[in-house]
Amino acid sequence: MTTARMPSGTFRRRAAAPPRQLVPRHSALVRITHWVNVFCFSLLLMTGAQIFNAHPRLYWGEYGADNDHAWLSVDSLQSSGHWRGAVHLGSLTFESTGLLGASNENGALAPRGFPAWLTVPSYQDLAAGRRWHFFFAWLFAINGAVYLVGGLVKRHFGRDLLPTRAELAPAHLVREVVDHAKLDFPKGEAARRYNVLQKLTYMAVAFVLLPLMVLTGLTMSPGLDSAFHILLDVFGGRPSARSIHFICASLLVAFVVVHVLMVLVSGVWNNLRSMITGRYAIELDGDPR
Amino acid sequence: MNPNVKFKSGAMTPFQARRRWLTAFAAGAGGLALAGCDKAVNNPRIDATLRSAEKLTFASQRLILDHQPLAKEYGERDLSPVFRANGSMMPASKEYARLLQGGFVDFRLQVDGLVQRPQALSLAQLKTMKARTQITRHDCVEGWSAIGKWQGVPLAQVLDLAGLKPGARYVIFHCADNLGESADDSGLYYESIDLLDAYHPQTILAYGMNGKDLPVAHGAPLRLRIERQLGYKQAKYVNRIEVVDAYSHLNGGKGGFWEDRGYEWYAGI
Repeated sequence: MTTARMPSGTFRRRAAAPPRQLVPRHSALVRITHWVNVFCFSLLLMTGAQIFNAHPRLYWGEYGADNDHAWLSVDSLQSSGHWRGAVHLGSLTFESTGLLGASNENGALAPRGFPAWLTVPSYQDLAAGRRWHFFFAWLFAINGAVYLVGGLVKRHFGRDLLPTRAELAPAHLVREVVDHAKLDFPKGEAARRYNVLQKLTYMAVAFVLLPLMVLTGLTMSPGLDSAFHILLDVFGGRPSARSIHFICASLLVAFVVVHVLMVLVSGVWNNLRSMITGRYAIELDGDPR
Repeated sequence: MNPNVKFKSGAMTPFQARRRWLTAFAAGAGGLALAGCDKAVNNPRIDATLRSAEKLTFASQRLILDHQPLAKEYGERDLSPVFRANGSMMPASKEYARLLQGGFVDFRLQVDGLVQRPQALSLAQLKTMKARTQITRHDCVEGWSAIGKWQGVPLAQVLDLAGLKPGARYVIFHCADNLGESADDSGLYYESIDLLDAYHPQTILAYGMNGKDLPVAHGAPLRLRIERQLGYKQAKYVNRIEVVDAYSHLNGGKGGFWEDRGYEWYAGI
């Protein structure tokens, strides 16, 4: 290729591609709160796994301890000197040695719920896990409050997140789902805005899952429970709140997996740049300017 | 602007530079997260910063709990079928064995420190005082919960009987169990609360559980119930109450057995 040696090769090659235009995509509010959230969520997840390991059993109701029925438990069993891990979900049992219930710690299988590489700190230390969890919970909650207030004031929710009536039409939703499954993403003018699946997902995360994380977290505090009995009534008890906290965290992990996957397949550099500098490149397909 | 002038052969274009920067940023963040966390946990300055959130938690909960709301009380049907016992199950001292053998007839609760009238109260004396019964939830720091029925004397009555001296700020609970299994007294369980929690109506010295005498595994003959905090504050085998102006001179100086081992002094969360 002759252009490769030319001093301005990159620019020439870019010129050969469809014309692109950098458009403002994410406001400073969204960018900053997004990355603070990434940082907080990562640490909350890993310190949360540390806290879960102190009692890797989940219950429904107002009480729940070792003798009570757990709907989910990560068990560490010892047979002939070796540790074995098993997950009990309802009446189902899964062998999970190596990942859950028993995993590598200093070269040998040790009894622990989540493995060392998933917890902060890596070794068992509930006190440190709690200290970290609550510090980043404060940061996370303050960050979330800034996002919610800023989003209302700057009309981010109404303008960018609220789907239009046309977008919610079943035929449109079906087409979006099919396009997504084919990894066929909006281009040109349509790429300036979130598509309806993004809007619905981001709204579910920002207005349902993350607030539920905060509220169920607060319900686990005996101090707050005494001030707000309603928390216990709404979630059905402290053990229930702990279960919902775990379920919502799992759903958020599922969201992050799909979200990162979508970022990767729909133009990783363009997406990353738009969440850092705010500018997003759209292709002006067949629309010369 | 002519790009040929600014970007010589081999130099990075803005796009490439930004990519390289982003890659380095992502790799750095990932590496820091995986390798650096244990180091960060053990860094005293980071630890001190993280502990500042405890003060924020304490201050905001105090703001919310200033009017002394009661912890939720449950009904008989809500009781845990089995109430898990935790920590010490049976103090090892000869003195405790002797008292247990005698049905705690010789047991005396010492009340001293910054009080006008130091006391030595027998179980029978405590039982003649006005009692309170409450069915409440016990929340362990590990994450499990159990509901039990507690009967005992409000701590406020005992403190009023002794009469606080000026300067009194905290109540220390000295216990008979050596959970630290130390050769000396340094492993003895102890706890401390401030006067706001000490005078809360649900803060009681319980001698009865689920309609019977308090079992040994749950702290016989006397344990603390402080219903708005976690399990490790609910000191078992309490044999001495000391009123103080500060707790920093005791053992690890953090105000409790588990506090000396890294846990928060304020356990309302």
